[in-house]
Amino acid sequence: MAGVSFRGVSKAFGSVVAVDDVSYDIHDGEFVCLLGPSGCGKTTTLRLIAGLEQPTGGTIHIGDADVTMVAPKGRDIGMVFQDYALYPHMTISENIAYPLKVRGISKEDRAKRAAEVAAHLQIGNLLERRPGQISGGQQQRTSVARAVVHKPQVFLFDEPLSNLDAKLRLEARGFLKHLQQELGVTAVYVTHDQAEAMALADRIAVMDGGRIVQMAPPLEVYHRPATTFVANFLGSPPMNLLPVTIERTATHTRFVAPTFSIDADEWSGRLKDRVEHGEEVFLGVRPEHLGVGREGDPWTMKGELYAVEPLGPETLVTLSVGDALATLRIFGDEPPEVEGTVHATIDRANLRLFRSSGERIELG
Amino acid sequence: MNRTARFVIGRIAFYVGACLFASFFVLPLLWLTVAPFNSLATLSVALPEQWTLENFRRVFANTFAIRALVQNSVIQAGGAMILVTVAATLAAYALSRAAIKGSQVITYGLVLFSSVVTGTAAMVPIFLMVHRAGLIDTHLAVILVFTGGLLPAAIFIMRDFVDSIPRSYEESALVAGASPWRVFNDIALPIVRPGMMVIAVWAFVNVWGGFLIPFILLRSPERMPAAVAIYSFYTEAGTPLITLTAAYSLLYTLPVLLLYLFVNWKYGFRFFGGIKS
Repeated sequence: MAGVSFRGVSKAFGSVVAVDDVSYDIHDGEFVCLLGPSGCGKTTTLRLIAGLEQPTGGTIHIGDADVTMVAPKGRDIGMVFQDYALYPHMTISENIAYPLKVRGISKEDRAKRAAEVAAHLQIGNLLERRPGQISGGQQQRTSVARAVVHKPQVFLFDEPLSNLDAKLRLEARGFLKHLQQELGVTAVYVTHDQAEAMALADRIAVMDGGRIVQMAPPLEVYHRPATTFVANFLGSPPMNLLPVTIERTATHTRFVAPTFSIDADEWSGRLKDRVEHGEEVFLGVRPEHLGVGREGDPWTMKGELYAVEPLGPETLVTLSVGDALATLRIFGDEPPEVEGTVHATIDRANLRLFRSSGERIELG
Repeated sequence: MNRTARFVIGRIAFYVGACLFASFFVLPLLWLTVAPFNSLATLSVALPEQWTLENFRRVFANTFAIRALVQNSVIQAGGAMILVTVAATLAAYALSRAAIKGSQVITYGLVLFSSVVTGTAAMVPIFLMVHRAGLIDTHLAVILVFTGGLLPAAIFIMRDFVDSIPRSYEESALVAGASPWRVFNDIALPIVRPGMMVIAVWAFVNVWGGFLIPFILLRSPERMPAAVAIYSFYTEAGTPLITLTAAYSLLYTLPVLLLYLFVNWKYGFRFFGGIKS
């Protein structure tokens, strides 16, 4: 087992820069999710680790070895592809055993090992079938079995759940996490599904435009997003971002929007030297940190009711606040009774501020 | 009522027309199955009054024609078949997978080029080239010229088969630890095998039935293939001995038929399925 390090790695396809000067360390045994919208460079990053692409700059290490220019076969990795890439002309047993066959292990030994792994992944009864004859979930497990059979140093996953239906996806997600913890192998997992990344990862690396915007444990990424991009990408619904102007006088501090203004005197100290009078910032607050309040309550903004969506254990209440929309997540079996003008109270312990350029303001 | 009558008459006319059309193709085949067994066969299709193998006995007595069939034709058609199939598969794989600028243009250019420069029109330069190479009157000359003629279309067809293999198959094998050659051998080759069989049969049939190229490039009777040797059943006046020509023709078609049946039974002209997308 081994970690993975990138040092200043770039990858360009012609004039298109897919990965732009990326550096990070993935620790031994860690589960890291590369998260981002399509075209952000996450799959290219994974393929760079696999050796299916060569970087145009920088160095890549797996363990202590510099593998920057090493072919895939010299890297000792296991990879699960989005389309599973099971060989249609081989049986499930032969598919699983293929990495062992390449390593010159005898036919009996590899059949035995394939059977062990298959049994462990609950596909032991399918060994003689062909990929075309089994279900999507079974194909997925076969693909995982093939990736683990030779006990690789690093596990790579390229959106392995995206071809499964919603119910199977949840089941497979739990299964993958359990398996990774059981094997203790370093895993790098590419996904565009923020819930998947939150559920699986020890750390999430959020990518945008070929760069890593933030790399941190899931809850930190969720609660303290580095930029408005991250704030928007994680969470469903995402973090509310409301544009306000800072008003500072010698004695008072206010957040002013066209339709409401918030008295933030108690934050005067925290904001000192960090924001200027007249600066435009975003208030960032997660839907669950907004509650229904009353007129006159402190830290409250006013909005018109836009929609109420009961989801069972919680209800989403959307308000139109000026030109923006703000969503409240109200927990409880009964939807709150709201109509007309609604005052939403901000849980100020969980209020974040972002500059208009996008980055989060570290408060004092 | 009127409409029904018109419909019925229309159908009858259609089937009569279809039968006439079909008979145009069926009659020669019928003739080929009955004439060889008739010692008095003519060009008309008639059941023999007495079935006989006498025609075949006389054909087998013609050692020149038999050697042409079981030796020369097999060497030339088999050689070209193997060469075309192997070369087309490798070339199609390279054109499909390697990042060659303009590989699309190369593929289409080849096909266009080969259909413009047909075998007959190019016969004089081909003869001169073969002559310069010192290959006149060799099996190799026939094999090479046929291969050159068939290869472009073969590459074009094979490329479609190779393009249909998802790259992730090969990438997953690379990650599993296989060398590029091993990936080709273990993954790509078995998947395109049905395509290779199509090419092989097609190439074999083309060479087996080819007359002009061996007729021009070969000199000695010992190397003539069956397509040329069939002329040994003509009289010196230039008229065919119909009984013997019929018997020889039947023997001449059998290998192609058997090859087709064998390939269909062993590999089948089919595709595998198995990627989830």
